[in-house]
Amino acid sequence: MSPRRIGGLCLRHLYILKGSWPRLLEMAYWPTINVVMWGFTSRFFAQHSSWVADAGGILIGAVLLWDVMFRGNLGVALSFLEEMWSRNLGHLSVSPLRPMELVAAMLCMSFVRTLIGVLPATLIAIPLYHYSIFDLGLPLIAFWVNLMVSGWAMGLLVSSLVLRFGLGAESLAWVLIFAVAPLAGIYYPISTLPEILQVVAWALPPAHVFEGMRSIMLGHGLRTDLLVSAMALNAAYLVLGSVVFLRVWQGARIRGALLNVGE
Amino acid sequence: MTAIEVQSVTKSFGPVVAVDAISFRIAKGSTTALLGGNGAGKTTTLSMLLGLLIPTSGDITVLGEDMVRHRYRVLPRLNFSSPYVDLPHRLTVRQNLTVFGHLYHVPRLKDRIAELAEELELSEFIDRPLGKLSAGQKTRVALAKALLNAPDLLLLDEPTASLDPDTADWVRGYFQDYQARTGATIVLASHNMTEVERMCDCVLMMKRGSIVDQGAPRDLIARYGRDTMEEVFLDIARNRQSPEVKTSETKS
Repeated sequence: MSPRRIGGLCLRHLYILKGSWPRLLEMAYWPTINVVMWGFTSRFFAQHSSWVADAGGILIGAVLLWDVMFRGNLGVALSFLEEMWSRNLGHLSVSPLRPMELVAAMLCMSFVRTLIGVLPATLIAIPLYHYSIFDLGLPLIAFWVNLMVSGWAMGLLVSSLVLRFGLGAESLAWVLIFAVAPLAGIYYPISTLPEILQVVAWALPPAHVFEGMRSIMLGHGLRTDLLVSAMALNAAYLVLGSVVFLRVWQGARIRGALLNVGE
Repeated sequence: MTAIEVQSVTKSFGPVVAVDAISFRIAKGSTTALLGGNGAGKTTTLSMLLGLLIPTSGDITVLGEDMVRHRYRVLPRLNFSSPYVDLPHRLTVRQNLTVFGHLYHVPRLKDRIAELAEELELSEFIDRPLGKLSAGQKTRVALAKALLNAPDLLLLDEPTASLDPDTADWVRGYFQDYQARTGATIVLASHNMTEVERMCDCVLMMKRGSIVDQGAPRDLIARYGRDTMEEVFLDIARNRQSPEVKTSETKS
Protein backbone atom coordinates (compact mmCIF):
# COMPACT_ATOMS: atom_id res chain seq x y z
CA MET A 1 0.00 0.00 0.00
CA SER A 2 1.38 3.38 -1.00
CA PRO A 3 0.17 6.42 0.98
CA ARG A 4 1.28 8.65 -1.90
CA ARG A 5 -0.93 6.85 -4.42
CA ILE A 6 -3.86 6.81 -1.98
CA GLY A 7 -3.33 10.53 -1.34
CA GLY A 8 -3.06 11.18 -5.07
CA LEU A 9 -6.42 9.61 -5.73
CA CYS A 10 -7.99 11.47 -2.80
CA LEU A 11 -6.57 14.66 -4.28
CA ARG A 12 -8.47 13.94 -7.49
CA HIS A 13 -11.76 13.97 -5.55
CA LEU A 14 -10.79 16.93 -3.40
CA TYR A 15 -10.03 18.97 -6.53
CA ILE A 16 -13.56 18.26 -7.75
CA LEU A 17 -15.10 19.22 -4.42
CA LYS A 18 -12.99 22.37 -4.22
CA GLY A 19 -14.08 23.46 -7.65
CA SER A 20 -17.78 22.78 -7.23
CA TRP A 21 -19.79 24.57 -4.55
CA PRO A 22 -23.05 22.92 -5.73
CA ARG A 23 -21.55 19.54 -4.83
CA LEU A 24 -20.56 20.78 -1.38
CA LEU A 25 -24.00 22.27 -0.90
CA GLU A 26 -25.70 19.06 -2.04
CA MET A 27 -23.69 17.05 0.48
CA ALA A 28 -24.81 19.16 3.41
CA TYR A 29 -28.28 19.93 2.09
CA TRP A 30 -30.17 16.71 2.76
CA PRO A 31 -28.80 15.97 6.26
CA THR A 32 -29.64 19.55 7.24
CA ILE A 33 -33.18 19.36 5.86
CA ASN A 34 -33.57 16.01 7.63
CA VAL A 35 -32.52 17.46 10.95
CA VAL A 36 -34.78 20.49 10.59
CA MET A 37 -37.75 18.27 9.76
CA TRP A 38 -37.07 15.70 12.47
CA GLY A 39 -36.35 18.46 14.94
CA PHE A 40 -39.90 19.80 14.65
CA THR A 41 -41.29 16.26 14.66
CA SER A 42 -39.28 15.55 17.78
CA ARG A 43 -40.57 18.72 19.43
CA PHE A 44 -44.15 17.66 18.68
CA PHE A 45 -43.61 14.10 19.91
CA ALA A 46 -41.96 15.36 23.10
CA GLN A 47 -45.25 17.04 24.00
CA HIS A 48 -47.24 13.83 23.40
CA SER A 49 -44.89 10.98 24.26
CA SER A 50 -43.16 10.46 27.58
CA TRP A 51 -40.62 8.16 25.89
CA VAL A 52 -39.42 10.90 23.55
CA ALA A 53 -39.75 13.52 26.29
CA ASP A 54 -37.54 11.43 28.62
CA ALA A 55 -34.74 11.34 26.11
CA GLY A 56 -34.43 14.82 24.70
CA GLY A 57 -33.22 14.75 21.12
CA ILE A 58 -33.39 10.97 20.75
CA LEU A 59 -34.93 11.31 17.28
CA ILE A 60 -32.53 14.04 16.17
CA GLY A 61 -29.59 11.98 17.40
CA ALA A 62 -30.93 8.99 15.49
CA VAL A 63 -31.34 11.03 12.31
CA LEU A 64 -27.81 12.41 12.55
CA LEU A 65 -26.26 9.01 13.19
CA TRP A 66 -28.28 7.39 10.40
CA ASP A 67 -26.95 10.07 8.09
CA VAL A 68 -23.43 9.07 9.10
CA MET A 69 -24.12 5.57 7.78
CA PHE A 70 -25.96 6.84 4.72
CA ARG A 71 -23.21 9.32 3.85
CA GLY A 72 -20.54 6.70 4.58
CA ASN A 73 -22.15 4.43 2.00
CA LEU A 74 -22.70 7.21 -0.50
CA GLY A 75 -19.17 8.54 -0.03
CA VAL A 76 -17.65 5.23 -1.12
CA ALA A 77 -20.11 4.63 -3.96
CA LEU A 78 -19.85 8.19 -5.32
CA SER A 79 -16.05 8.11 -5.35
CA PHE A 80 -16.25 4.97 -7.46
CA LEU A 81 -19.05 6.28 -9.66
CA GLU A 82 -17.02 9.46 -10.35
CA GLU A 83 -14.37 7.26 -11.98
CA MET A 84 -16.98 5.52 -14.08
CA TRP A 85 -18.79 8.71 -15.07
CA SER A 86 -15.53 10.27 -16.19
CA ARG A 87 -14.44 7.04 -17.95
CA ASN A 88 -11.20 7.24 -16.00
CA LEU A 89 -11.15 3.67 -14.72
CA GLY A 90 -9.03 2.54 -17.67
CA HIS A 91 -6.26 5.00 -16.80
CA LEU A 92 -6.40 4.07 -13.12
CA SER A 93 -6.31 0.37 -13.96
CA VAL A 94 -3.11 0.65 -15.98
CA SER A 95 -1.42 2.87 -13.42
CA PRO A 96 0.48 1.32 -10.51
CA LEU A 97 -2.53 1.99 -8.27
CA ARG A 98 -3.51 -1.31 -6.64
CA PRO A 99 -7.16 -2.25 -6.09
CA MET A 100 -6.66 -2.12 -2.31
CA GLU A 101 -5.27 1.41 -2.65
CA LEU A 102 -8.33 2.36 -4.68
CA VAL A 103 -10.49 0.96 -1.87
CA ALA A 104 -8.47 2.85 0.75
CA ALA A 105 -8.85 6.12 -1.19
CA MET A 106 -12.62 5.58 -1.52
CA LEU A 107 -12.85 5.04 2.25
CA CYS A 108 -10.79 8.17 2.99
CA MET A 109 -13.02 10.22 0.68
CA SER A 110 -16.09 8.74 2.31
CA PHE A 111 -14.84 10.05 5.66
CA VAL A 112 -14.36 13.53 4.18
CA ARG A 113 -17.75 13.52 2.45
CA THR A 114 -19.46 12.31 5.62
CA LEU A 115 -17.88 15.10 7.67
CA ILE A 116 -18.90 17.72 5.10
CA GLY A 117 -22.41 16.29 4.95
CA VAL A 118 -23.21 15.69 8.60
CA LEU A 119 -21.25 18.36 10.45
CA PRO A 120 -23.41 21.35 9.39
CA ALA A 121 -26.59 19.44 10.35
CA THR A 122 -25.04 18.55 13.70
CA LEU A 123 -24.16 22.18 14.42
CA ILE A 124 -27.54 23.52 13.26
CA ALA A 125 -29.35 21.25 15.74
CA ILE A 126 -27.62 23.02 18.66
CA PRO A 127 -29.18 26.50 18.32
CA LEU A 128 -32.42 25.29 16.70
CA TYR A 129 -33.39 22.50 19.08
CA HIS A 130 -30.94 22.91 21.96
CA TYR A 131 -29.68 19.45 21.14
CA SER A 132 -26.00 18.67 20.83
CA ILE A 133 -25.05 15.18 19.76
CA PHE A 134 -21.65 15.92 21.31
CA ASP A 135 -23.36 15.44 24.70
CA LEU A 136 -23.09 11.72 24.02
CA GLY A 137 -19.43 12.18 24.90
CA LEU A 138 -16.72 9.74 23.87
CA PRO A 139 -19.17 6.98 22.84
CA LEU A 140 -20.19 9.30 19.98
CA ILE A 141 -16.83 8.59 18.34
CA ALA A 142 -17.45 4.84 18.64
CA PHE A 143 -20.99 5.20 17.23
CA TRP A 144 -19.77 7.42 14.40
CA VAL A 145 -16.92 5.08 13.44
CA ASN A 146 -19.14 1.99 13.61
CA LEU A 147 -21.88 3.48 11.45
CA MET A 148 -19.41 4.87 8.97
CA VAL A 149 -17.75 1.45 8.65
CA SER A 150 -21.20 -0.12 8.09
CA GLY A 151 -21.75 2.46 5.34
CA TRP A 152 -18.33 1.61 3.86
CA ALA A 153 -19.17 -2.09 3.67
CA MET A 154 -22.45 -1.25 1.96
CA GLY A 155 -20.71 1.23 -0.39
CA LEU A 156 -18.18 -1.41 -1.44
CA LEU A 157 -21.01 -3.81 -2.17
CA VAL A 158 -22.80 -1.17 -4.26
CA SER A 159 -19.55 -0.34 -6.12
CA SER A 160 -19.09 -4.05 -6.83
CA LEU A 161 -22.60 -4.24 -8.28
CA VAL A 162 -21.96 -1.18 -10.46
CA LEU A 163 -18.66 -2.61 -11.68
CA ARG A 164 -20.31 -5.95 -12.42
CA PHE A 165 -23.55 -4.75 -13.99
CA GLY A 166 -22.57 -1.31 -15.28
CA LEU A 167 -23.96 2.14 -14.64
CA GLY A 168 -27.50 0.80 -14.96
CA ALA A 169 -27.03 -0.30 -11.35
CA GLU A 170 -25.94 3.15 -10.12
CA SER A 171 -29.28 4.00 -8.51
CA LEU A 172 -28.52 1.22 -6.03
CA ALA A 173 -26.00 3.61 -4.47
CA TRP A 174 -28.90 5.69 -3.18
CA VAL A 175 -31.52 3.07 -2.47
CA LEU A 176 -29.90 -0.19 -1.38
CA ILE A 177 -29.04 1.11 2.06
CA PHE A 178 -32.73 1.80 2.79
CA ALA A 179 -33.30 -1.97 2.83
CA VAL A 180 -31.28 -1.95 6.07
CA ALA A 181 -33.12 1.02 7.60
CA PRO A 182 -36.22 -0.79 8.94
CA LEU A 183 -33.98 -3.41 10.57
CA ALA A 184 -31.47 -0.98 12.01
CA GLY A 185 -33.79 0.23 14.75
CA ILE A 186 -33.02 3.85 14.01
CA TYR A 187 -36.14 5.33 15.61
CA TYR A 188 -37.46 2.39 17.66
CA PRO A 189 -36.01 -0.42 19.79
CA ILE A 190 -35.26 -3.73 18.06
CA SER A 191 -37.80 -5.39 20.35
CA THR A 192 -40.49 -3.60 18.30
CA LEU A 193 -39.74 -5.85 15.34
CA PRO A 194 -41.34 -9.29 14.89
CA GLU A 195 -39.15 -12.01 16.42
CA ILE A 196 -37.91 -13.40 13.12
CA LEU A 197 -36.81 -9.92 12.00
CA GLN A 198 -35.10 -9.32 15.33
CA VAL A 199 -32.74 -12.19 14.50
CA VAL A 200 -31.89 -10.53 11.19
CA ALA A 201 -31.58 -7.10 12.85
CA TRP A 202 -29.07 -8.32 15.42
CA ALA A 203 -26.91 -9.59 12.57
CA LEU A 204 -26.55 -5.98 11.39
CA PRO A 205 -24.09 -3.62 13.13
CA PRO A 206 -26.34 -0.51 13.06
CA ALA A 207 -28.95 -2.26 15.23
CA HIS A 208 -26.30 -2.58 17.96
CA VAL A 209 -25.23 1.05 17.55
CA PHE A 210 -28.73 2.57 17.70
CA GLU A 211 -29.66 0.37 20.65
CA GLY A 212 -26.46 1.55 22.34
CA MET A 213 -27.28 5.19 21.57
CA ARG A 214 -30.74 4.83 23.14
CA SER A 215 -29.24 3.17 26.19
CA ILE A 216 -27.10 6.26 26.84
CA MET A 217 -29.83 8.77 26.02
CA LEU A 218 -32.37 7.02 28.25
CA GLY A 219 -29.87 7.13 31.08
CA HIS A 220 -28.96 3.43 31.18
CA GLY A 221 -25.29 4.13 30.44
CA LEU A 222 -22.89 2.77 27.85
CA ARG A 223 -23.54 -0.82 26.78
CA THR A 224 -20.04 -2.10 25.98
CA ASP A 225 -21.49 -5.47 24.92
CA LEU A 226 -23.40 -3.75 22.11
CA LEU A 227 -20.34 -1.74 21.14
CA VAL A 228 -18.11 -4.81 20.98
CA SER A 229 -20.64 -6.79 18.94
CA ALA A 230 -21.09 -3.85 16.53
CA MET A 231 -17.31 -3.61 16.07
CA ALA A 232 -16.95 -7.35 15.48
CA LEU A 233 -19.80 -7.40 12.97
CA ASN A 234 -18.45 -4.32 11.20
CA ALA A 235 -15.00 -5.86 10.89
CA ALA A 236 -16.58 -8.94 9.30
CA TYR A 237 -18.77 -6.92 6.92
CA LEU A 238 -15.92 -4.62 5.89
CA VAL A 239 -13.70 -7.60 5.09
CA LEU A 240 -16.60 -9.15 3.19
CA GLY A 241 -17.26 -5.92 1.25
CA SER A 242 -13.56 -5.60 0.37
CA VAL A 243 -13.29 -9.24 -0.71
CA VAL A 244 -16.39 -8.95 -2.90
CA PHE A 245 -15.05 -5.74 -4.49
CA LEU A 246 -11.62 -7.26 -5.17
CA ARG A 247 -13.17 -10.39 -6.65
CA VAL A 248 -15.45 -8.37 -8.91
CA TRP A 249 -12.42 -6.27 -9.93
CA GLN A 250 -10.55 -9.46 -10.82
CA GLY A 251 -13.64 -10.65 -12.70
CA ALA A 252 -13.65 -7.38 -14.65
CA ARG A 253 -10.08 -8.15 -15.71
CA ILE A 254 -11.27 -11.49 -17.05
CA ARG A 255 -14.33 -10.01 -18.79
CA GLY A 256 -12.46 -6.98 -20.13
CA ALA A 257 -14.76 -4.54 -18.38
CA LEU A 258 -12.13 -2.12 -17.08
CA LEU A 259 -11.18 -0.41 -20.32
CA ASN A 260 -14.59 0.27 -21.80
CA VAL A 261 -16.45 1.12 -18.67
CA GLY A 262 -18.59 4.23 -18.67
CA GLU A 263 -21.90 5.62 -19.77
CA MET B 1 16.86 -7.54 -26.15
CA THR B 2 13.14 -8.28 -25.89
CA ALA B 3 10.65 -5.83 -24.40
CA ILE B 4 7.56 -7.97 -24.90
CA GLU B 5 7.21 -11.69 -25.39
CA VAL B 6 3.81 -13.23 -26.08
CA GLN B 7 3.55 -17.00 -26.22
CA SER B 8 0.48 -18.89 -27.43
CA VAL B 9 -1.91 -16.36 -25.96
CA THR B 10 -5.62 -16.99 -26.38
CA LYS B 11 -8.48 -14.88 -25.08
CA SER B 12 -12.02 -16.15 -25.22
CA PHE B 13 -15.22 -14.43 -24.12
CA GLY B 14 -17.54 -17.37 -23.69
CA PRO B 15 -17.76 -19.08 -27.08
CA VAL B 16 -16.14 -16.13 -28.89
CA VAL B 17 -12.40 -16.43 -29.43
CA ALA B 18 -11.14 -12.84 -29.63
CA VAL B 19 -7.46 -13.73 -29.81
CA ASP B 20 -6.38 -17.15 -30.97
CA ALA B 21 -3.01 -18.55 -29.87
CA ILE B 22 -0.88 -15.60 -30.93
CA SER B 23 2.86 -15.48 -30.36
CA PHE B 24 5.26 -12.65 -31.07
CA ARG B 25 8.26 -10.76 -29.72
CA ILE B 26 8.87 -7.05 -29.69
CA ALA B 27 12.42 -5.78 -29.50
CA LYS B 28 13.43 -3.12 -26.98
CA GLY B 29 13.60 0.34 -28.48
CA SER B 30 11.44 -0.55 -31.47
CA THR B 31 8.09 0.78 -32.64
CA THR B 32 5.58 -1.92 -33.49
CA ALA B 33 2.09 -1.56 -34.89
CA LEU B 34 -0.82 -3.87 -34.38
CA LEU B 35 -2.84 -3.63 -37.57
CA GLY B 36 -6.14 -5.13 -38.49
CA GLY B 37 -9.74 -4.38 -39.24
CA ASN B 38 -12.42 -3.86 -36.62
CA GLY B 39 -12.75 -6.94 -34.42
CA ALA B 40 -9.33 -8.27 -35.45
CA GLY B 41 -8.22 -8.48 -31.82
CA LYS B 42 -5.92 -5.43 -31.58
CA THR B 43 -7.53 -3.81 -28.55
CA THR B 44 -7.85 -7.18 -26.83
CA THR B 45 -4.15 -7.80 -27.41
CA LEU B 46 -3.24 -4.31 -26.20
CA SER B 47 -5.40 -4.79 -23.09
CA MET B 48 -3.62 -8.04 -22.31
CA LEU B 49 -0.23 -6.38 -22.75
CA LEU B 50 -1.36 -3.79 -20.20
CA GLY B 51 -2.55 -6.48 -17.81
CA LEU B 52 -6.08 -5.06 -17.97
CA LEU B 53 -7.33 -8.28 -19.40
CA ILE B 54 -6.31 -11.74 -18.23
CA PRO B 55 -5.60 -14.18 -21.08
CA THR B 56 -7.54 -17.43 -21.15
CA SER B 57 -4.24 -19.22 -21.79
CA GLY B 58 -0.66 -18.47 -22.72
CA ASP B 59 2.12 -16.30 -21.30
CA ILE B 60 2.88 -12.60 -21.58
CA THR B 61 6.20 -11.21 -20.43
CA VAL B 62 6.63 -7.44 -20.41
CA LEU B 63 9.99 -5.85 -19.57
CA GLY B 64 11.06 -9.15 -18.04
CA GLU B 65 8.00 -9.64 -15.81
CA ASP B 66 5.06 -12.01 -16.07
CA MET B 67 2.19 -9.63 -16.82
CA VAL B 68 -0.50 -11.83 -15.31
CA ARG B 69 1.20 -12.55 -11.99
CA HIS B 70 3.49 -9.55 -11.43
CA ARG B 71 1.93 -6.66 -13.35
CA TYR B 72 2.50 -4.23 -10.48
CA ARG B 73 6.26 -4.67 -10.81
CA VAL B 74 6.17 -3.44 -14.37
CA LEU B 75 3.27 -0.93 -14.40
CA PRO B 76 5.43 1.95 -13.05
CA ARG B 77 7.65 1.52 -16.14
CA LEU B 78 4.94 1.67 -18.77
CA ASN B 79 2.15 4.02 -19.73
CA PHE B 80 -0.81 4.13 -22.02
CA SER B 81 -2.88 6.51 -24.07
CA SER B 82 -6.15 6.05 -25.88
CA PRO B 83 -8.69 8.50 -27.26
CA TYR B 84 -11.38 6.16 -25.93
CA VAL B 85 -10.31 6.40 -22.28
CA ASP B 86 -10.82 9.85 -20.81
CA LEU B 87 -9.10 11.77 -18.08
CA PRO B 88 -11.46 13.54 -15.64
CA HIS B 89 -12.93 16.47 -17.54
CA ARG B 90 -13.68 18.64 -14.52
CA LEU B 91 -10.08 18.68 -13.38
CA THR B 92 -7.66 21.15 -14.90
CA VAL B 93 -4.72 19.89 -16.91
CA ARG B 94 -2.36 20.61 -14.01
CA GLN B 95 -4.63 18.81 -11.53
CA ASN B 96 -4.89 15.77 -13.80
CA LEU B 97 -1.13 15.59 -14.21
CA THR B 98 -0.60 16.07 -10.48
CA VAL B 99 -2.96 13.22 -9.61
CA PHE B 100 -1.38 10.82 -12.09
CA GLY B 101 2.09 11.99 -11.08
CA HIS B 102 1.34 10.82 -7.56
CA LEU B 103 -0.05 7.52 -8.83
CA TYR B 104 3.23 6.95 -10.71
CA HIS B 105 5.41 8.22 -7.85
CA VAL B 106 7.00 10.76 -10.17
CA PRO B 107 9.92 12.45 -8.41
CA ARG B 108 10.02 16.29 -8.39
CA LEU B 109 6.52 16.30 -9.79
CA LYS B 110 6.11 20.07 -10.18
CA ASP B 111 9.31 20.29 -12.22
CA ARG B 112 8.26 17.34 -14.36
CA ILE B 113 4.87 18.89 -15.09
CA ALA B 114 6.52 22.20 -15.98
CA GLU B 115 8.96 20.36 -18.27
CA LEU B 116 6.16 18.50 -20.07
CA ALA B 117 4.04 21.64 -20.27
CA GLU B 118 6.86 23.35 -22.11
CA GLU B 119 7.69 20.41 -24.38
CA LEU B 120 4.08 19.74 -25.31
CA GLU B 121 3.01 23.39 -25.35
CA LEU B 122 0.44 23.03 -22.58
CA SER B 123 1.32 26.17 -20.64
CA GLU B 124 -1.36 28.29 -22.26
CA PHE B 125 -4.19 26.10 -20.98
CA ILE B 126 -2.62 24.19 -18.09
CA ASP B 127 -5.04 25.66 -15.55
CA ARG B 128 -8.12 25.15 -17.69
CA PRO B 129 -10.52 22.22 -17.11
CA LEU B 130 -9.85 19.38 -19.52
CA GLY B 131 -13.48 19.39 -20.67
CA LYS B 132 -13.04 22.85 -22.16
CA LEU B 133 -10.14 21.97 -24.42
CA SER B 134 -10.15 21.17 -28.13
CA ALA B 135 -9.53 17.60 -29.35
CA GLY B 136 -5.96 18.47 -30.26
CA GLN B 137 -5.27 20.03 -26.85
CA LYS B 138 -6.78 17.01 -25.10
CA THR B 139 -4.55 14.71 -27.11
CA ARG B 140 -1.50 16.70 -25.99
CA VAL B 141 -2.66 16.38 -22.38
CA ALA B 142 -3.18 12.63 -22.79
CA LEU B 143 0.32 12.50 -24.22
CA ALA B 144 1.68 14.38 -21.22
CA LYS B 145 -0.05 11.94 -18.88
CA ALA B 146 1.41 9.03 -20.85
CA LEU B 147 4.91 10.50 -20.58
CA LEU B 148 4.76 11.63 -16.93
CA ASN B 149 6.72 8.66 -15.66
CA ALA B 150 9.14 8.69 -18.63
CA PRO B 151 8.02 5.16 -19.53
CA ASP B 152 10.25 2.47 -20.98
CA LEU B 153 7.22 1.11 -22.79
CA LEU B 154 4.40 3.15 -24.32
CA LEU B 155 1.21 1.47 -25.47
CA LEU B 156 -0.89 3.67 -27.71
CA ASP B 157 -4.36 2.93 -28.96
CA GLU B 158 -4.99 4.94 -32.14
CA PRO B 159 -2.81 7.84 -30.99
CA THR B 160 -3.87 10.20 -33.77
CA ALA B 161 -7.53 9.26 -34.18
CA SER B 162 -9.80 12.27 -34.76
CA LEU B 163 -6.89 14.70 -35.04
CA ASP B 164 -6.42 17.11 -37.90
CA PRO B 165 -3.44 16.26 -40.17
CA ASP B 166 -1.26 19.01 -38.70
CA THR B 167 -1.76 17.93 -35.07
CA ALA B 168 -1.47 14.25 -36.02
CA ASP B 169 1.83 14.94 -37.73
CA TRP B 170 3.07 16.85 -34.70
CA VAL B 171 2.11 13.95 -32.39
CA ARG B 172 3.90 11.41 -34.58
CA GLY B 173 6.97 13.59 -34.65
CA TYR B 174 6.91 13.90 -30.89
CA PHE B 175 6.77 10.13 -30.38
CA GLN B 176 9.65 9.60 -32.75
CA ASP B 177 11.67 12.25 -30.99
CA TYR B 178 10.83 10.76 -27.57
CA GLN B 179 11.93 7.34 -28.72
CA ALA B 180 15.16 8.66 -30.20
CA ARG B 181 15.95 10.43 -26.91
CA THR B 182 15.00 7.66 -24.48
CA GLY B 183 15.23 4.38 -26.37
CA ALA B 184 11.67 3.54 -25.24
CA THR B 185 9.65 0.78 -26.86
CA ILE B 186 6.39 1.86 -28.51
CA VAL B 187 3.47 -0.39 -29.41
CA LEU B 188 0.55 1.14 -31.18
CA ALA B 189 -2.77 0.01 -32.56
CA SER B 190 -3.72 2.10 -35.55
CA HIS B 191 -5.84 2.32 -38.64
CA ASN B 192 -3.67 5.00 -40.12
CA MET B 193 -1.33 3.34 -42.62
CA THR B 194 0.70 6.46 -43.32
CA GLU B 195 1.40 6.67 -39.60
CA VAL B 196 2.48 3.03 -39.53
CA GLU B 197 4.77 3.41 -42.52
CA ARG B 198 6.36 6.50 -41.02
CA MET B 199 6.77 5.36 -37.43
CA CYS B 200 7.03 1.59 -37.25
CA ASP B 201 9.93 -0.83 -37.49
CA CYS B 202 7.60 -3.78 -37.42
CA VAL B 203 3.94 -4.51 -38.16
CA LEU B 204 1.84 -7.35 -36.78
CA MET B 205 -1.11 -7.89 -39.12
CA MET B 206 -4.10 -9.30 -37.24
CA LYS B 207 -7.23 -10.85 -38.63
CA ARG B 208 -9.99 -12.62 -36.71
CA GLY B 209 -7.84 -12.93 -33.61
CA SER B 210 -4.74 -14.32 -35.31
CA ILE B 211 -1.50 -12.81 -36.56
CA VAL B 212 -1.61 -13.48 -40.28
CA ASP B 213 1.59 -11.74 -41.26
CA GLN B 214 4.37 -9.64 -39.79
CA GLY B 215 7.46 -7.75 -40.78
CA ALA B 216 8.88 -4.32 -41.45
CA PRO B 217 6.48 -2.07 -43.44
CA ARG B 218 8.93 -1.87 -46.33
CA ASP B 219 9.32 -5.68 -46.43
CA LEU B 220 5.57 -6.24 -46.32
CA ILE B 221 5.01 -3.75 -49.12
CA ALA B 222 7.65 -5.49 -51.20
CA ARG B 223 6.36 -8.97 -50.39
CA TYR B 224 2.84 -8.08 -51.45
CA GLY B 225 4.08 -6.18 -54.47
CA ARG B 226 2.28 -3.03 -53.48
CA ASP B 227 3.16 0.61 -53.16
CA THR B 228 1.68 1.38 -49.76
CA MET B 229 0.77 -0.29 -46.47
CA GLU B 230 -2.84 0.61 -47.15
CA GLU B 231 -2.84 -1.69 -50.19
CA VAL B 232 -1.20 -4.44 -48.15
CA PHE B 233 -3.83 -3.96 -45.45
CA LEU B 234 -6.64 -4.27 -48.03
CA ASP B 235 -5.05 -7.36 -49.56
CA ILE B 236 -5.06 -9.05 -46.19
CA ALA B 237 -8.43 -7.75 -45.02
CA ARG B 238 -10.18 -8.77 -48.24
CA ASN B 239 -8.26 -12.02 -48.79
CA ARG B 240 -7.02 -10.39 -51.96
CA GLN B 241 -3.69 -11.52 -53.29
CA SER B 242 -1.36 -9.14 -55.06
CA PRO B 243 0.06 -10.17 -58.43
CA GLU B 244 3.48 -10.69 -56.89
CA VAL B 245 2.26 -13.01 -54.15
CA LYS B 246 0.21 -14.91 -56.75
CA THR B 247 3.29 -15.24 -58.91
CA SER B 248 5.38 -16.65 -56.09
CA GLU B 249 2.61 -19.10 -55.24
CA THR B 250 2.30 -20.18 -58.87
CA LYS B 251 6.03 -20.73 -59.03
CA SER B 252 6.01 -22.90 -55.94
